[in-house]
Amino acid sequence: MRIRRPRISLSAFVWLVLAAAYFLIPLVATLLFSIRSIKTNACCSAAAYGFVFHNGDFWHTLRVSGVLALETIVISLLLFVPTVYWVHLKVPRLRPLIGFLALIPFVVPPIVMVVGLLKVYKNAPSWFYDRPNGILAAAYVILAFPYMFFALDAGFRAIDVHTLTEASQSLGANWLTTLARVILPNIRAAALAGSFLALAIVMGEFTIANLAQFHTFPIFLQNVNETQPYGAAALTLISFGITWGAMLSLLFIGRSRGRQPQIAGAR
Amino acid sequence: MGYLELQNLHRDFGAVKALNGINISLGEGEFLSLLGPSGCGKTTALRLVAGFDRPNDGRIVVDGKDVTNIAPNKRDMGMVFQAYSLFPNMTARQNVEFGLKIRGRDKTDRTKRVDDLLELVGLGHAVDRYPHQLSGGMQQRVALARALAIEPRVLLLDEPLSALDAKVRVQLREEIRRIQLELGITTLYVTHDQEEALAVSDHVAVMYGGVIEQMGTPAEMYTEPATPFVAEFIGTMNRLESTIVDGSSGEVEHAGTRLRLDAARGRRNGERVLVLIRPESLELEAATNGAAPSGNSLTGEVLTQTFLGPVTRLKVNTQGSGLIADMSTARAAALPVGARVVARVPAEGAKLLNLPDDGPGLPVLDPDDQ
Repeated sequence: MRIRRPRISLSAFVWLVLAAAYFLIPLVATLLFSIRSIKTNACCSAAAYGFVFHNGDFWHTLRVSGVLALETIVISLLLFVPTVYWVHLKVPRLRPLIGFLALIPFVVPPIVMVVGLLKVYKNAPSWFYDRPNGILAAAYVILAFPYMFFALDAGFRAIDVHTLTEASQSLGANWLTTLARVILPNIRAAALAGSFLALAIVMGEFTIANLAQFHTFPIFLQNVNETQPYGAAALTLISFGITWGAMLSLLFIGRSRGRQPQIAGAR
Repeated sequence: MGYLELQNLHRDFGAVKALNGINISLGEGEFLSLLGPSGCGKTTALRLVAGFDRPNDGRIVVDGKDVTNIAPNKRDMGMVFQAYSLFPNMTARQNVEFGLKIRGRDKTDRTKRVDDLLELVGLGHAVDRYPHQLSGGMQQRVALARALAIEPRVLLLDEPLSALDAKVRVQLREEIRRIQLELGITTLYVTHDQEEALAVSDHVAVMYGGVIEQMGTPAEMYTEPATPFVAEFIGTMNRLESTIVDGSSGEVEHAGTRLRLDAARGRRNGERVLVLIRPESLELEAATNGAAPSGNSLTGEVLTQTFLGPVTRLKVNTQGSGLIADMSTARAAALPVGARVVARVPAEGAKLLNLPDDGPGLPVLDPDDQ
């Protein structure tokens, strides 16, 4: 017997086309704009892309922001994974409080935060205050806090933290082994989700970097936008590609092992 | 001195006394079930032995060594949990191997032990499956193999069968007992299912309100309950509140009816007692119209009939109490609902427990816990 595929209704199809158009038209427009010739304004030329890829600042700022993103992700994971684990395991009543604290970076405008941070750390050592890997990374960890916390929180809620921890301990594992070999692999998707959100924030954050006078990728993007319209369009698409590449790798890593965390029974 | 000793263990949670001075002594290789209704403290006791919690007072001694303040990962206790506790990111093999890796055992040794144990629990064919590819029963088998892999000093089982369906439960409990006997491992088993406890244990400890009401062999617990609670909790029991009217001949009075019981001989007249009769000890027959019931019997009317397979259970409403009697299905057919019946109380089959003089003092059990 042949199995009939469910048919897509006309209204669903129309909505699908409208949604696709909404997302794709600006991209296509940007692409078409980016391949115009800088000199003749005619199609088609890769000069804008050449300008970007041959620009030393592009690679420099990309490296600065990439390292910053990596640093933000590592610090956030080191800070928040054990914290959220401990809260779920030992002090679940603190979860609402931490959830509230995590909302603060949404409420406090970046401009207020950067002014505050610069004032507080004015007398900090120069290796921290004068370098993007110091104060800027610290600020980005704060910005990434809500994304990281809520992603991890959802991950921990999907597993039976108590039972897995106790099972691991009864087999002789200490806290570190339990965290590294039992808990982390089972919240991997959540940790990755938080990490890529942090990556997206760092790759797009402008206000703090600008006010703190650091030359990062979004600052470069803004500079190009002011002087090179075709280059800016090309850079926008490249930046878009980097973000999408990160998201796709999340999808790929999340699915690659094909295992869903099991939600254990009642305690 | 026992291999596993729980000495005067107390555990309070705020104002609630979860454990109020329990004492257990278990010999090496023995199987003890902690049995009781929800909230009686049995899981608290098990968690104290595992090291996941600390007592407010008392000691836990294993093989002569005080382990009360030792961390759970240093105790060498294998535990099987009520919830499915396999590590979702690991296959059955990796789960069983986990404890051996922690102990730094070499690969050849690990592989052999894992293969042997998974074979022992009947899962030699499923070594490479992940937990989500295993049924509940299979997951608990792997959990058992994992707990046994580390050659624990004591095996702890916290209601490991409660999430499984009835048939798998019976099958797996028999396997747990077989494996326990084969390996000779000292085992502490927590359950609220009295049938399960009686079926697999060397000893059963019935707990209620944070204390052990009675501890003994399954047969002792069934035939010689020491308290009204145990009598109620282990199996089904008819309980007749009575008064001794003639201790020399063993006569008691229950709701105006006199019964002669061997167990009542030598008791003081006027003493309040609880007469305990198992449903299978009662004999029911149809009441003859107009005829007075003969001695040692209570008359009543059949309220319900419940088919239980080998027997049928009848509830009979008598003067002053309700009775439960089990009889063959063929004989029960002659006593339909509404029929007048005579329930004969055997003189030698009943047990007596003292009741306080100033009140009934009987615990009320949640029917779900029985």
